[in-house]
Amino acid sequence: MSKNTRVKIGLEVHVQITSLRTKLFCSCPSNYRGKPPNSNVCPVCLGLPGALPVVNREAIREALKVALALNSKINKLLIFTRKHYFYPDLPKNYQISQYDGMGSLPIAKGGFIRIENDSLSKIVRIRRINIEEDPGRITYPTGSIVTSPYTLIDYNRSGVALLEIVTEPDLESPKEARIFISKLVSILEHLGVTNPELEGAVRVDANISIEGGERVEIKNIGSPKDVEKALQYEIARQSAIVKSGGSVNRETRHWDKGKGITVSSRAKELEEDYRYFPDPDLPPIPISSDLIDEVRSTLPELPGDRIKRLMSEYGLSKYLAHVVVIRSKLLADAFESAVRECGNASTIASILVNELLRWVDECGITIEEGLKRLTTKRICKLVRYLKEKKLSSKLIKEYIKKIITEDIDPDDLIGKGYVSIMDLEYLSNVIEEVFKENPKAVEDAKKNPKAINYLVGQVMKKTMGKADPQLTYELINKRLKENVC
Amino acid sequence: MKAPLTINELKEYVMNDPDFILEYVEKIYDVISSIEPKVRAFITLRPREEVIRDAEAVIAKIKSRTAGYLVGCLIAVKDNIITKGIRTTCASRMLQDFVPPYNATVVERLREEDAIIIGKTNMDEFAMGSTTENSAFFSTRNPWDLTRVPGGSSGGSATAVAALEATASLGSDTGGSIRAPAAYTATVGLKPSYGLVSRFGLIAYANSLEQIGPICRSVSDVAVLLDVISGFDPRDSTSIKRGRQRGFYTACMERELESEIKVAIIREMFSDGIEAPVKTIFNSVLDKLESNGFHVEEVSVPELKYALPTYYIIATAEASSNLARYDGIRYGYHIVVEGRSWYDVYSDVRSTAFGDEVKRRILVGSFVLSAGYYDEYYLRASKVRRVIRDRLLRILSSFDVIASPTMPVLPPRFGERITDPLKLYAMDVNTVPANLSGLPAISLPAGFVGNLPVGFQLMSKMFSECELLTISKFIEDLLNIAPAIPELVRHHV
Ligand SMILES: [Zn+2]
Repeated sequence: MSKNTRVKIGLEVHVQITSLRTKLFCSCPSNYRGKPPNSNVCPVCLGLPGALPVVNREAIREALKVALALNSKINKLLIFTRKHYFYPDLPKNYQISQYDGMGSLPIAKGGFIRIENDSLSKIVRIRRINIEEDPGRITYPTGSIVTSPYTLIDYNRSGVALLEIVTEPDLESPKEARIFISKLVSILEHLGVTNPELEGAVRVDANISIEGGERVEIKNIGSPKDVEKALQYEIARQSAIVKSGGSVNRETRHWDKGKGITVSSRAKELEEDYRYFPDPDLPPIPISSDLIDEVRSTLPELPGDRIKRLMSEYGLSKYLAHVVVIRSKLLADAFESAVRECGNASTIASILVNELLRWVDECGITIEEGLKRLTTKRICKLVRYLKEKKLSSKLIKEYIKKIITEDIDPDDLIGKGYVSIMDLEYLSNVIEEVFKENPKAVEDAKKNPKAINYLVGQVMKKTMGKADPQLTYELINKRLKENVC
Repeated sequence: MKAPLTINELKEYVMNDPDFILEYVEKIYDVISSIEPKVRAFITLRPREEVIRDAEAVIAKIKSRTAGYLVGCLIAVKDNIITKGIRTTCASRMLQDFVPPYNATVVERLREEDAIIIGKTNMDEFAMGSTTENSAFFSTRNPWDLTRVPGGSSGGSATAVAALEATASLGSDTGGSIRAPAAYTATVGLKPSYGLVSRFGLIAYANSLEQIGPICRSVSDVAVLLDVISGFDPRDSTSIKRGRQRGFYTACMERELESEIKVAIIREMFSDGIEAPVKTIFNSVLDKLESNGFHVEEVSVPELKYALPTYYIIATAEASSNLARYDGIRYGYHIVVEGRSWYDVYSDVRSTAFGDEVKRRILVGSFVLSAGYYDEYYLRASKVRRVIRDRLLRILSSFDVIASPTMPVLPPRFGERITDPLKLYAMDVNTVPANLSGLPAISLPAGFVGNLPVGFQLMSKMFSECELLTISKFIEDLLNIAPAIPELVRHHV
């Protein structure tokens, strides 16, 4: 991709309102995850003949929170619209959604989000916010549409409340798109509207056009990182077409996460006519200014304010404050709760940002799971040991790794003598002693690697079994090689 | 045994002797076995033994003094109203084997009051039609003249009541589907105000127009059933938050008429298309009303000439959307899918299992909603609809009721209308205004041309069913026709 290719990107972010107890139009639980297929359904969300939708009022409040947080203009009437298209995951063959035009309105229009990093600060405009229902899920027994002999449909997700947040095409690079989504998700998380760690809670469609080409839509991208990758791929693909004298046609493509490429949708590129019209089963609901005021009064602190506060209140650098808040609300909550308990803000911020994030990423666990292991209590113990010089700052890293990968309490590590195990100097001294006391064994070990085990045993004996065998083995091995010279 | 003809009469018998219910069930099934092959009102008739078991349970409840309001009533239910465990077909091949896992609210309410569902009645497929000839299975015959249609789309429900195959019945009315067959079978049919009766469990044809309502042999019976089925339902967002007062509408039967009743006759509902004998009977009813102190006055609503096209645009638009769900995947008509794309399966299922009239309306509806035509058709129709509603409401601010012949023509012979859709649609000219405006409307037996019944329609203000029923009862007593029993079954009475 050449640096000066002009790119326009607009996003459609679908966010499940996971805070709701029930689905958008029926009383089935909103949490469909981990349930046997088609067990979380009723006549309404299966679209059985005669069943009627009833709006979940809580969903409206959640949507209003988001509209207020994004500075959007809330419409006075909430109108639901039917969007028609035939697809097996859609039980009524129409989706109850919202629409701008044709006697319909979205819940809110306009608004903006400011995105920032070191070199960037810009406003991304919001076009509109819709409330709509999630379709069911299509699964392929082999995992792939191409090789599967048949298709399975699970309607457990059908009818779950979604917000569709659509931006203007204000984003100019894949990186900006990633930063935007992180910021948006952070806002939604702080509002308590969604738990972005749940699989499928945030799904993004991206519209992208490069100079001289038509708009291409990329559907169903997952995480912010994937959005960046998908867009980078797409820019490279489109630029290549343009460079070779071809033209980029308007089309819909899908992001293939496994292969890291976008693939053209098989569907014929007909201009789809959704035949929008207001759902006659759902009379318009007036949104009073009293309701809006009431919801506004419940709005929590939002990420932008929180970053500023973390900087002023705890003296965090802009970078640390930003990562702590934007990466996950849970991280920011953990930070504040630990600092409240044992002070040392910058140490704690660095534990969380530099160590916790590293290990949760490496282990492929969620931040939530990571924080269940690296609890406030454990963080404060680490801070204390560090102060008492029981642990070096180097050793702390090993501790956090152990805590997160094995869920061990720092006290247990100390009790197991993990202090000395990691203390290379101490171990080296013990090894030196063993070498002096067992010259014959040392000679044997030089010839026969298997004999090293005897030396390791001696070290274990001297440390009363507290030394880490692996580390001891490595140190002895190294020491033996030095002796050769 | 003499079958009681009204619910009140039946209840009297049952209160004297609870075991009478068993006799009554036997009697009704005897009537059915002799009459049903001739009229064919039912798509699904519950087996006699099963109904007798239900009746025994009701008798036990009466004896333990825990019985409800509708003891002994055998209710025929139109086959577009969902009944748990009883096949509900909508008279379509699409749903010919569909056994619902839940009950419509109205069915739940009937059961709470110890009514027994006797069976599911024939209708035009998905309620699209005015003659019951559009049933995918068979036509129902008019018990007053077996060579003629019983009206529709609730033709089975009206016929079952007229032919003594049930105590009373439920129909649904989207553009006249209760009132048309009531008029053609000399029964009383009420389309309630929009929102008075829950639509939860009514298989949608055109959601913004339709209501479930009773078809009975007397106005009092209509009041009794309305008491049971009406009232707010949290499962229907269009249902109106009105308290359910037990016996409210029944009590309206005891009320005296208030001073002078003002009746508006709308010129546009009483002109060109009305057959002469229908006009004659209608006029004779008006004469009787005037000589009984009613004030009758003619008014004009020129906009009503747009009522039919407005109705058909809105109804077909909604239908095209509501009927999208029938794809043969989750329930209903099923074909072998092995090796075929979902798209092919959908097309095949929908082309095979929908009848011609249903397909015609889906096509028209899809067209009027499509981009570029939406403003011109659907949006404009919605505006005209509001104009018509406003005009009718203005009339009703100075009149108690609007009267008209229910149907412009006598019951047609089979095939007479159905071959020409436009002629078929024109039959609804006087009934659709009530649906477009949401107003309550009732059809009463007004008289006969030979042995062919003629219906008298009254519309009134929103949620003024009490006043409407009080006036209807007065007219019913005045005309002294109801309960009208066709020759075919008169020997059973
Ligand atoms: Zn459900």
